[in-house]
Amino acid sequence: MKFEERYLNLFVLVGLLLLPIWAQAMDEPFTITLATRAVILALAAVGLNLALGIGGMVSFGHAVFFGIGGYAMGILAYHAQTYTTLSLGLFETGGTNSMPVIWLVAMLLSGAVAFVIGLLSLRTSGVYFIMITLAFGQMFYYFAISWAQYGGEDGLSIYVRNGFPGLNTLVPIEFFGICFVLLCVTLVLFARLQSSPFGLALNAARQSKSRVAAVGLNPTRVKLLAFVLSGAVTGLAGALFADLNRFVSPTMFSWQLSGELIVLIIIGGVGRLMGPVIGACVFVALEHFLGEITDFWHVSLGIILLCIVLFGRGGLIGLITGKEGAHV
Amino acid sequence: MSSILIFEQILNGLQFGVMLFLMAAGLTLIFGVMGLINLAHGSLYMVGAFAAAAVAGATGSFFAGLVAALAAAALAGAIIEIGIIRRLYDAPHLDQVLATFALILIFSEGTRWVFGSFPLFLNIPQGLSGPVSLPGGIEYPLYRLFLILMGIAIAGGLWLLIERTRIGIQIRAGENDREMIAALGVDISKLYTLVFALGAALAGLAGALVGAIQSVQVGMGEPVLILAFVVIVIGGIGSIRGAFIGALLVGLTDTLGGVFLPELFKLFMDSGAAQKSGSAIASMGIYILMGLVLIWRPTGLFGARA
Amino acid sequence: MYRPILATHGLTKSFGALNATRDVSIDLNSKEIHAIIGPNGAGKSTLIKQICGEMQPDSGRVTLDGQDVSKLSTFARARAGLGRTFQVSDLCREDTVVENVVLGSLGAEGAVWRFWKSALKTRDLCERAERALERVGLIEERYTRCANLSHGQRRQLEVAVALTLSPRAFIMDEPMAGLGVEGSKQMTSFLDGLRKEAPILLVEHDMDAVFALADRISVMVYGKVIATGTPNEIRNRKEVREAYLGDAV
Repeated sequence: MKFEERYLNLFVLVGLLLLPIWAQAMDEPFTITLATRAVILALAAVGLNLALGIGGMVSFGHAVFFGIGGYAMGILAYHAQTYTTLSLGLFETGGTNSMPVIWLVAMLLSGAVAFVIGLLSLRTSGVYFIMITLAFGQMFYYFAISWAQYGGEDGLSIYVRNGFPGLNTLVPIEFFGICFVLLCVTLVLFARLQSSPFGLALNAARQSKSRVAAVGLNPTRVKLLAFVLSGAVTGLAGALFADLNRFVSPTMFSWQLSGELIVLIIIGGVGRLMGPVIGACVFVALEHFLGEITDFWHVSLGIILLCIVLFGRGGLIGLITGKEGAHV
Repeated sequence: MSSILIFEQILNGLQFGVMLFLMAAGLTLIFGVMGLINLAHGSLYMVGAFAAAAVAGATGSFFAGLVAALAAAALAGAIIEIGIIRRLYDAPHLDQVLATFALILIFSEGTRWVFGSFPLFLNIPQGLSGPVSLPGGIEYPLYRLFLILMGIAIAGGLWLLIERTRIGIQIRAGENDREMIAALGVDISKLYTLVFALGAALAGLAGALVGAIQSVQVGMGEPVLILAFVVIVIGGIGSIRGAFIGALLVGLTDTLGGVFLPELFKLFMDSGAAQKSGSAIASMGIYILMGLVLIWRPTGLFGARA
Repeated sequence: MYRPILATHGLTKSFGALNATRDVSIDLNSKEIHAIIGPNGAGKSTLIKQICGEMQPDSGRVTLDGQDVSKLSTFARARAGLGRTFQVSDLCREDTVVENVVLGSLGAEGAVWRFWKSALKTRDLCERAERALERVGLIEERYTRCANLSHGQRRQLEVAVALTLSPRAFIMDEPMAGLGVEGSKQMTSFLDGLRKEAPILLVEHDMDAVFALADRISVMVYGKVIATGTPNEIRNRKEVREAYLGDAV
């Protein structure tokens, strides 16, 4: 059966919204937490999809931005809960417990780091790009481990979830709502951007840099901006993830996480609006259900992944709608 | 700080560097000849270490362990090359990354399933344990010296293999032009399997050699793999010479940075803060080195100019 | 004083011992087609790459309207008015025809930093694109995926993208390559009219087309321009016959 992609998209979003509402009615908070986890991972992967799916930049270091978002939350909330000042060289400030402020800081910081990493990595392409982004990811990982002031290897625990005006964020369904709305807003922005002139140029830059240059556009600058936006979105997801767990640690920077973000996109479908969302739902479901059956669920994930790469192009959406995905 | 300490640290850096070279050489060879980025190279390192630990544990002979490491890694390499990797040579890099990422998951969990989550230990053989006196009154662990010499000997052997043998000519031809060597009547798929198994064997050997000074555990391969990536980004993809120079640079930077940066920072900070920020910066040292090389030469020190 | 639109001044590039171009100075005047011919490996493609900025010469300069563009990158030269087509069609194969041409409109209008409104629903971008498609005769195929076009249609699309840029000069690398007899004829008559808009520097192997179209022809052999002149002059030059044309003409 061939299915129109937008009906599938709608179906998935509605399903993702109804599941926690149902769980709320059944009084199963753990299911709400799982759904929230899926939504946040989806958001991180939507960010990566901008760079990877449209722009063709195979970043194996997106955990950097996830981690920076996480630590932005961790550090600000840590200073707020200990009533200490945060010294930023020239001036000092206190921490904060306000989610919107934390999000803003997370996005600005991860965007700025994405700018620097992108500037260096985009001097190269292909395999170099993959290896360099992977290496930068590892750099932040080791930095976080040796950063004793904020917990080093043990990470930072935050005792109270940060606040959002008018909501009680400690209620799982309300926190889910915040994440879900953020995901939807990002998806709308992603869709607009994909069809905008910028998206068209980015999409072209993935397929042929020389073509883009021949019409008088600077392909590297187009890609760099996409990389920065991509990093900022993944950073926002990192801040939410830290809030979900009320804990940050260097593992948010790990290369496995970078790999998993790519895997989410591949499972769903590269360059597709909802690819990361479907991928994240499937991933969290697999992790949960297979993880219950066996301790070695990563073997199954590996085999599924191999099959997708060797036999199935276009991910699950491609399978259902019968259309191939973007070639990266 | 004494000159003995400095000399010792330089030797440590060299030892780390030559072991990185064993990893990087295989990676860069595989990329140069087949155009494949192999994330599962770290798994082959792990396979070598586990094979060595298991066989050395059973037989009591460290050298039987080394042979087992070479054989197991080469075999594992040949199997995945024939079963999976060869389908990926013409695939986009993203597919290569994903498929080899999947292999990491399978290898890691598979190893955990067979050997459990606890680290194994591989003992340094009697004949190589203990310190040795070097000229200048330096006491240095004999085993580490052995590693340095092993690494240099293998680098030399690899150079001979590639520059002076028939196989080497075929490998070099394969780097330049695939159709060409196929036209010359070389069985290209056999050559690819051979190159992949050779790279795997080097990784496995490195795993076994390093396994004796660290613990042998699941996940040991990936940090080394990523360092090896840094090495070949610095050295230039496809260049064995670049891998050697890059490996030594990375080994020395990492080792010396970790020791000397905190000392340096103590000159203008109080001791505790210097220790903290010095080691934090040192942990980023090699990546800063990589960034600088990239600014200067985007394709690495010995890479083909784009 | 008279000034050519595009000119190269002593472009020299060597790869090791191989001289790809040696001291090449050619110019392109308004409303003319200047063809570059020569055997394979004569350095024509290397010359084009140096003109368009994909390759840096060891020495020599490129000027466009008298301005030195030698230090500019590829995209800056395109923006300055070099409209090029590629030897092997360099298009976005996954995209539709109109998307490929709208990319040209984006370049022409410098409209890339727009993030909200759909590019294919932006009137000025689409109008420019459709005008170009109409001129090359591809308007019927506008929603076809590029990968599904015939070879000849892809060559037309290459030209259409260059048209959207309204360049000062066209640089065309073998626009006839792989076209059938009929296709070549069509392309020839199209280029014939195009020269009034902007001059064309044409690298081409199809000698019928070259001698039918060119106002001037330069012959390159081993990286050097050995002769420049009208088609008649070139046909009768002894060294050209010897070095390149043989006695086949």
